[in-house]
Amino acid sequence: MRKLALSDEILMQVEKPARYIGGEVNAVMKRKEQVKVRFAMCFPDVYEIGMSHLGIQIIYDMLNQFEDVWCERVYSPWVDLDAIMRKENIPLFALESQDPVKEFDFLGITLQYEMCYTNILQVLDLAGIPLLAKDRSEKDPIVIGGGPCTYNPEPICDFFDLFYIGEGETQYRTLIDLYEEYKEKGMGRAWFLEHAAQIPGIYVPSLYEELYNEDGTVKERKKLSEKAPDIIMKEMVKDVSDTYYPMKPVVPFIKVTQDRVVLEIQRGCIRGCRFCQAGQLYRPVRERNLEFLKKYAIAMLENTGHEEISLSSLSSSDYSQLPELIDFLIEECSRRKINISLPSLRIDAFSLDVMNKVQDVKKSSLTFAPEAGSQRLRDVINKGLTEEVILNGAKLAFEGGWTRVKLYFMLGLPFETEEDIKGIAELSNKIAATFYETVPKEKRNGKVQIVASTSFFIPKPFTPFQWASQCRKEEFLDKAYLTRKSITEQLNQKSIKYNWHEADVSVLEGIMARGDRKINQVILKAYEMGCVYDAWSEYYKNDVWMQAFEDCGVDPDFYTVRERREDEIFPWDFIDCGVSKNFLLREWHRAQEETVTPNCRKQCQGCGAARFGTGVCLEEKEA
Amino acid sequence: MKVRIKFSKEGPVKFIGHLDIMRYFQKAIRRADIDIAYSMGFNPHQIMSFASPLSVGHESSGEYFDIELNSITDVEDIKNRLNAVMTEGIKILKVAILDDGEGNAMASVAAADYLVRFSDKLMLPADWKEKLIAYYEQEHIFVTKQTKKSEKEIDLKEGIYKLQIRDDGIFMQLDAGSGSNVKPGFVLEHFFGTIGVELPEFPLRVRRLETYRRTKKGKLMPLIS
Repeated sequence: MRKLALSDEILMQVEKPARYIGGEVNAVMKRKEQVKVRFAMCFPDVYEIGMSHLGIQIIYDMLNQFEDVWCERVYSPWVDLDAIMRKENIPLFALESQDPVKEFDFLGITLQYEMCYTNILQVLDLAGIPLLAKDRSEKDPIVIGGGPCTYNPEPICDFFDLFYIGEGETQYRTLIDLYEEYKEKGMGRAWFLEHAAQIPGIYVPSLYEELYNEDGTVKERKKLSEKAPDIIMKEMVKDVSDTYYPMKPVVPFIKVTQDRVVLEIQRGCIRGCRFCQAGQLYRPVRERNLEFLKKYAIAMLENTGHEEISLSSLSSSDYSQLPELIDFLIEECSRRKINISLPSLRIDAFSLDVMNKVQDVKKSSLTFAPEAGSQRLRDVINKGLTEEVILNGAKLAFEGGWTRVKLYFMLGLPFETEEDIKGIAELSNKIAATFYETVPKEKRNGKVQIVASTSFFIPKPFTPFQWASQCRKEEFLDKAYLTRKSITEQLNQKSIKYNWHEADVSVLEGIMARGDRKINQVILKAYEMGCVYDAWSEYYKNDVWMQAFEDCGVDPDFYTVRERREDEIFPWDFIDCGVSKNFLLREWHRAQEETVTPNCRKQCQGCGAARFGTGVCLEEKEA
Repeated sequence: MKVRIKFSKEGPVKFIGHLDIMRYFQKAIRRADIDIAYSMGFNPHQIMSFASPLSVGHESSGEYFDIELNSITDVEDIKNRLNAVMTEGIKILKVAILDDGEGNAMASVAAADYLVRFSDKLMLPADWKEKLIAYYEQEHIFVTKQTKKSEKEIDLKEGIYKLQIRDDGIFMQLDAGSGSNVKPGFVLEHFFGTIGVELPEFPLRVRRLETYRRTKKGKLMPLIS
């Protein structure tokens, strides 16, 4: 029986002790003497969030298929255990072996959202690894970052030895081979880092210096080593039907956010919404083939015993063989009493028919994401969803028995006017009116329930809006109040509920997203002043963060409200995500002209991703 | 038909709570491809009933649950198939087919055996053993029990069927019926209170050894006998 890192007394004191015991079904156990490389894979948030993440399951499965590697999992200890570990000097451990993370060869940290940045420091700190890469020695693990936030790694580059830019399936073998060579030859850490920098997709921040203009913008990047490449090209899986995917995902004991089999049907998105970072980063769209998906769906259900399967992708309706896949799943799942969950479907006759088959209509709600309240602004953001389509979809749904609708909007989008904001209320009202026109009184079971939610727009790197200025907190809140007021002025206001996201945290996320190297010291300062779990509103301390900015002499507005010149060098320009800066600039101009750009299946826009020679770029176009 | 399953829970998995153990077995039954019956309705669920929830932190070698099956191979096959998909620390010990009309596991529970050890950190007075025996040998042990709504005085002795001091710990057989359940920790905390020893937090290591039903003649029998 495994010995746990924590004593019974501690485990009995903390909330949900099963977060820390490992030993779940399909967790991989190896003997440490029989592997050459030990890899600790960390999601820097609480177990239930981290365990719900598909990417880690893919990499975990892949690394453990390598005979010479044992990959284990690490999550952020919750605040209760965090305090005990600090008080009693207990080092952070990996779940499988329960061994200290500091003994590992690698600590991989996935960066899925900016608000986890202080948790990176929490993990390093509890593990006993120096927070700054420059202070680490041969005894410390190589700390490597991956995931979408690494497309602008600069705000956190001081804390990492390496970043892996792009999809994880492709270069880990090469990196681990290099690591083994480094250990066998007894070379120094600097040797390893310099050689790692030559592996495609690997970025070694310590090999560069960022120089600034007087106004604080980036002047240039200076290479500190001949061996460092000028541009880091993202890594990408060419054939997503011939690659790693877990047949036996780990099954948590406790209920986690995503407590189901997740079938990733495709990567990327053809749509090109101008606010969306994922839509650009994962270009081109690559579909997994139907037979691959059928095989994995069955294997994962049989190996986990999960009672639900969910399709995962950015826009599932665009998967070309969706009807065939859904028919297959409905047949297999009804036999096995498995639920099917279908997120991100466009609401139309097909999807309503499918949802009618797989969900309890009375209990489920329908989701639309118009993102903007007016057609004009939807054209600005290239959200190809028209009011007609929304109202038709709603009408069909109401006829089918649905009575609950969720609507998602953004406030603070570029070129937004008061009219656009009022449009949110008007569209919500029209949907409610559609219900009352469609469903006769005698068939109604109470009111229609419309929930409109707004988040605040945050410009992200590698989107056409990377040049846009972001609103201040006060502006955000004014917009939310205007939305609320407009909704109360609608005829059907009693059928509409309105929620909005916190404003101050959106401002901080914006700073992190488009930050440069000057942000590192602020994150470190904020962490030292007690910030951690910033993604959890109950632990987010805005005043402490603002104090940290002040103490470091860094002006938050520089990163958010400032308008960026079109020829400005961005901190992330040295990364090539496949989509060219020219294309993004063209799209930024088209946004200003309120011009919609056709999706990748209709017409190629020459974004640059065609050079990968795969996916949708190889398809014949409709137009 | 109904099948009763006995399992043990030892080691790190003792930190998994009762609801999560239920979810664990729901998934395990699907992994083992056992032909379990489902309830009707839009969200069918497996027909499954657990005997008695085990507190987080307690180990057990006498846990039980019942399931309803559509078809059955044989009990050995069910046991082997389930054991093939168990995780470290949970083991299927016995499987038995229930006679028609036999009450479900939860309703049947009458008593349970426990073995309690102290945590290493606990400092006890030298004569605690004698005092514990004397405590147990009293005719009545009146205690005030806090219920959800009020306080009431009960005779704890009625719920303590056996108490022995063994080499490996304190053995107790306690009432485990619904409504009259006595927890081993409650007994020992009360005892140490009476001799003026204040226990630290989490002083006890509890292991449930067996769970019993009462036969028509009043005899205690393990849930699978």
